[in-house]
Amino acid sequence: MPSKFVQLRRQVTDRFFTGLAAGLSVVVIGALVAIFAYLVLRGAGSLNWAFFTQIQKPVGESGGGMANGIVGSIMILVIASCMGVPLGIGAGVYLAEFGRGRLGRLVRFTADVLNGVPSIVIGMVAWGLVVVRQKHFSAFAGGVALAIMMIPTVTRATEEMLLLVPQSVREAAFGLGIPQWRTTLSITLPSARAGILTGVMLAFARIAGETAPLLFTAFGNQFWNLSPGQPIAAMPLQIYTYALSPYDEWHRQAWAGALVLVLLIVGTTTLVRFVFLRRMLGGAR
Amino acid sequence: MGAVPEKRFSMPKPSRGRTADSSHPEPMGTPDSPRIALVTTARKAPPWYRTVFTLDNGFRGLMTLAALCVLGIVGLIVSELMQRSSLAWHAFGLKFFVGSQWDPVSGSFGAVPFLYGTLVSSLIALVIAVPLAIAVAVFVTEMCPKPLRKPIAYSTELLAAIPSVIYGLWAMFVLVPLFRVYVEPWCMKYLGWSGLFEGPPFGIGMLTAGTVLAIMIIPIISSITREVLSVVPQHQREAALALGATRWEMIRVAVLSNARAGIVGAIILGLGRALGETIAVTMVIGNTPQIAKSLLAPGYTMASVIANEFAEAPDDLYRSALMEVGLALFLVTILVNILAGLMVWTVTRGNPARSHAQ
Repeated sequence: MPSKFVQLRRQVTDRFFTGLAAGLSVVVIGALVAIFAYLVLRGAGSLNWAFFTQIQKPVGESGGGMANGIVGSIMILVIASCMGVPLGIGAGVYLAEFGRGRLGRLVRFTADVLNGVPSIVIGMVAWGLVVVRQKHFSAFAGGVALAIMMIPTVTRATEEMLLLVPQSVREAAFGLGIPQWRTTLSITLPSARAGILTGVMLAFARIAGETAPLLFTAFGNQFWNLSPGQPIAAMPLQIYTYALSPYDEWHRQAWAGALVLVLLIVGTTTLVRFVFLRRMLGGAR
Repeated sequence: MGAVPEKRFSMPKPSRGRTADSSHPEPMGTPDSPRIALVTTARKAPPWYRTVFTLDNGFRGLMTLAALCVLGIVGLIVSELMQRSSLAWHAFGLKFFVGSQWDPVSGSFGAVPFLYGTLVSSLIALVIAVPLAIAVAVFVTEMCPKPLRKPIAYSTELLAAIPSVIYGLWAMFVLVPLFRVYVEPWCMKYLGWSGLFEGPPFGIGMLTAGTVLAIMIIPIISSITREVLSVVPQHQREAALALGATRWEMIRVAVLSNARAGIVGAIILGLGRALGETIAVTMVIGNTPQIAKSLLAPGYTMASVIANEFAEAPDDLYRSALMEVGLALFLVTILVNILAGLMVWTVTRGNPARSHAQ
């Protein structure tokens, strides 16, 4: 029979580690709360109508906004999605429907490698591929960089969601004499639609806040630009430049921009998580 | 479920040229009668191009092309980095990675300060993040009451959704003053004997950069650790409890020891993320190419030197040197990620936590 002392020691150790784990979890959540609290506190005060409708005022004048950055960000994201989403979904379909062999394994591995490439390196590569040839910075180059970042996420999400569609559904289609392309396009892809959309929106949320790949592709712009061939402003870039500037007014703008950006991204992620994902996995589980 | 193999001889079709679709292979299992086949060949066997350029083959080809694009992109990244860094490689060779002089004006480039900065800031991040991340994962999977589980897991994932630039902004205006006034003087007073905390407390520097990095990599480490812990078989836990173990003893003996390789993998994956992180670090590390023993001193990382200097680099050699830094960063992160992937895989292999078939 173990002595009372040993019993007590084990009890105390157990309590200690439970408390430790709980305490450290509180610290992590505290960091999250601190970040959000500061964003709301400092951002909400500088958020006004002008922020969404005006462009940057010269140093010394107060007011102005990030309208050109918002439009620029939307443009870059649209360009990126137009390239990244079809490619990513195509590669995902390949992996799920045809990718059993060596090529499939290689592509899967490569997509994982691409997912781990630092964003700044992707920016350099997009610079080499587009900016050097065009001879100037452009929104299109920024779009290329972000598209490259999007592809692995979309690919793996598409593959995972297509594999959740039961094999018997495909077999039923083949049994009816429906060719494979028709089965995939009209039966398998639509049943995985919600899941694939989730993957696409998560990829979108991830690239929406990226700054590093835009530094030497989109480059930023103080003025309005609507041409994809010219340097363009983007919200993350503006937050970055404003934060590093020595002016209080610009700092306020940076906080407001950060709040808008976070609301956008967290909103997307939350929406996706609670609406689409539940609908998708509800049936599968 | 591969494509149905094309048959040279197909059944006669009621109407001939309706759509390209009608030249499609017949459903599986149609008995091949040689007599009919012979007759049809004589009359209207589809020409060779119709059996090759079917919609099915076209679809498959298109999807394969998309998959090959993924390979192509990685190929392009490698070739682009190698091509554009060749100038610096020919000029400096391996000396690039042992020289500590970074002087664009005189054209001498050595990458050691950046290697050092990246390594040290990432290590600080790991030291801070690993205990926190593992504690969150263990707490969520093993200890906390059920209704709290999802909110805690979700809020750590929310940390992963915040963009790097916003971490940087927050660190510049919240963390830096905090460190300058409270944390760094405290470290100097109580940990000064180690020699790691010397010099004026600027607030910006390695320690602050490492702390921001730590907050950024906690979600990755903790979500993968959670995944790994959740595939530890339930009967292991039950066996430990049945032997009279307390909950912590059960976690130590049955859960953590089973998941060890996976947890190490998760940590290495976090390291991979920390190595390549750019913007937040650039905003608080101080951007000074020096090798200082003190963690309070400003430094410079590989990613942030690229971010700061690449767009303004005036000559080809300078740009090529930065490209070489990028290439090195690329190779290191890829190796670290592959290693981590292997380690996670050894644990989750039998029953993948996320549904990767095969």
